[in-house]
Amino acid sequence: MNDEVLKMSSVVKRFAQHEVLRDVSLTLHRHEVVCLIGASGSGKSTLLRCANLLETIDGGDIELFGQSLLDPRVDPDLVRRHMGTVFQSFNLFPHLSVLENIALGPVRALKRPADEVREEAMTLLARIGLQDRASEFPDRLSGGQQQRVAIVRSLAMRPSLLLLDEVTSALDPTLVGEVLDLLTDLAKSGTTMLIATHEMNFARDVSHQVAFLDNGVLIEKGPPDQVFERPRHDATRVFLGRVR
Amino acid sequence: MSSETDAAVPDAPPRLFAPRRRLLFKGRNGLAASLASSAALVAVILAILFATSGGQSFRFYFFNPHFLWIALRGNPLKAVGSVLGGIVTNIWIFLLCEVLVLLFGLIIAWVRVTTTPLLVPFRLLATVYADIFRGIPFVLVIYIVGYGLPQLSLGALSNQSPAVYGCIALTLTYSAYVSEVYRAGLHSVPHGQILAARSLGLTQYATMRRVVLPQAVRTVIPPLLNDFISLQKDTALVSLIGVVETSRAAQIGQETYFNGSFLTMSALLFLAMTIPMTRFTDHLIDKDREKRLAGAQ
Repeated sequence: MNDEVLKMSSVVKRFAQHEVLRDVSLTLHRHEVVCLIGASGSGKSTLLRCANLLETIDGGDIELFGQSLLDPRVDPDLVRRHMGTVFQSFNLFPHLSVLENIALGPVRALKRPADEVREEAMTLLARIGLQDRASEFPDRLSGGQQQRVAIVRSLAMRPSLLLLDEVTSALDPTLVGEVLDLLTDLAKSGTTMLIATHEMNFARDVSHQVAFLDNGVLIEKGPPDQVFERPRHDATRVFLGRVR
Repeated sequence: MSSETDAAVPDAPPRLFAPRRRLLFKGRNGLAASLASSAALVAVILAILFATSGGQSFRFYFFNPHFLWIALRGNPLKAVGSVLGGIVTNIWIFLLCEVLVLLFGLIIAWVRVTTTPLLVPFRLLATVYADIFRGIPFVLVIYIVGYGLPQLSLGALSNQSPAVYGCIALTLTYSAYVSEVYRAGLHSVPHGQILAARSLGLTQYATMRRVVLPQAVRTVIPPLLNDFISLQKDTALVSLIGVVETSRAAQIGQETYFNGSFLTMSALLFLAMTIPMTRFTDHLIDKDREKRLAGAQ
């Protein structure tokens, strides 16, 4: 009960008349990795954006550590500091060096001392083997390196959970592996993650729960063995048949 | 295999050599071609100045060494000020206005793109301001400010020299233009940058200050410099409310000596001021284009 990190209950999201999320309920426990699968446009990204309040929901509730995020006293800026978000298109800051990209959040949002943050950022960079690229600008790095920096940038905030939005979809196929390896590492070390992905093998290997979204509806959710090997719903079966 | 796919291969080797006369304008002959066209252009200009019937009087009126020298020195006995002395006024007005316009324009743009409810009335005000001062001819603005503010009896604000009113008018008008340049720059930063910054828990202000603005300023520098080139020239318009700067000094000299060399000297001084700026701006634009082309590879 107490190890619930993020709990979304009956979340509804509309864009104009179109319902993008219909009654979606999903719980993320401490040290748990949940993979969201589903076709493009099924609502995976929207779900993540609702979770960190980049979108406002039209129904249902979202709780972080048992506190409703719909409470008017909640400051979205404070909420987001507990959730690292990684985007499909990296979104590194092109005018800042790799190190400054990582240090920006801790220094400017958490107001932590700059030299302490820099030291920590260097440790994080060493972890992904890019410590000697610290002073370079992001456009000098490969897509895979940029995405790993983006992941490390959100880790620098020491978030309670990570939201990852199709983080390998914009990458050259040869670069996907290094990013997935890093995520696998993080999963093994107990990082709580909600991952929207098209990489089915990765989802099967790394996740504790897999949730299949179709047209804004959470069709089924369960351990990867069950969802991938014995899907209960026809829609899941059809989807998996198409991506294989 | 089939005759359709073979159609692209010609029977005989294709002709690759251009006719001789076309080669004159291409490749290795480029230098010769450019020298030839330059010489022709110079010849036409010299012909107009030296071979036409009006050429001599034109040269005497605008390029008389004697009067060019007087323009530079001025003649206190005839109450003709130095054109060179006048340009100092233009320069300090320009430098002062440049700083004020950069600041004020940024504030206006910032207010216009910020969505904080607290700033709603200011946003409206900034929009109205930008509309008004981009819409009124500067000549009218300078008269309204120059003759209007002193009448308001607003203490120190109504008790200034015409040059100060000139600066206020220039700042008001140019800030309106520059705020639009800034605003375009702020809007040119990809939305993903804002999402990434907000996802790190940065406030709207910190996002603007640390992520959006630094990127916007880079794209905005060349168009800003363009506006400053025209600001440099428009400092001449403060003469309308009685400031004797270089163009007004030149006009006085021309009326006193009935010779246009004063105007020429003033124009040359303006060029000495603006050409470094225009060259620098073009250099920045070229560098930016090169960077973009390199990025596309």
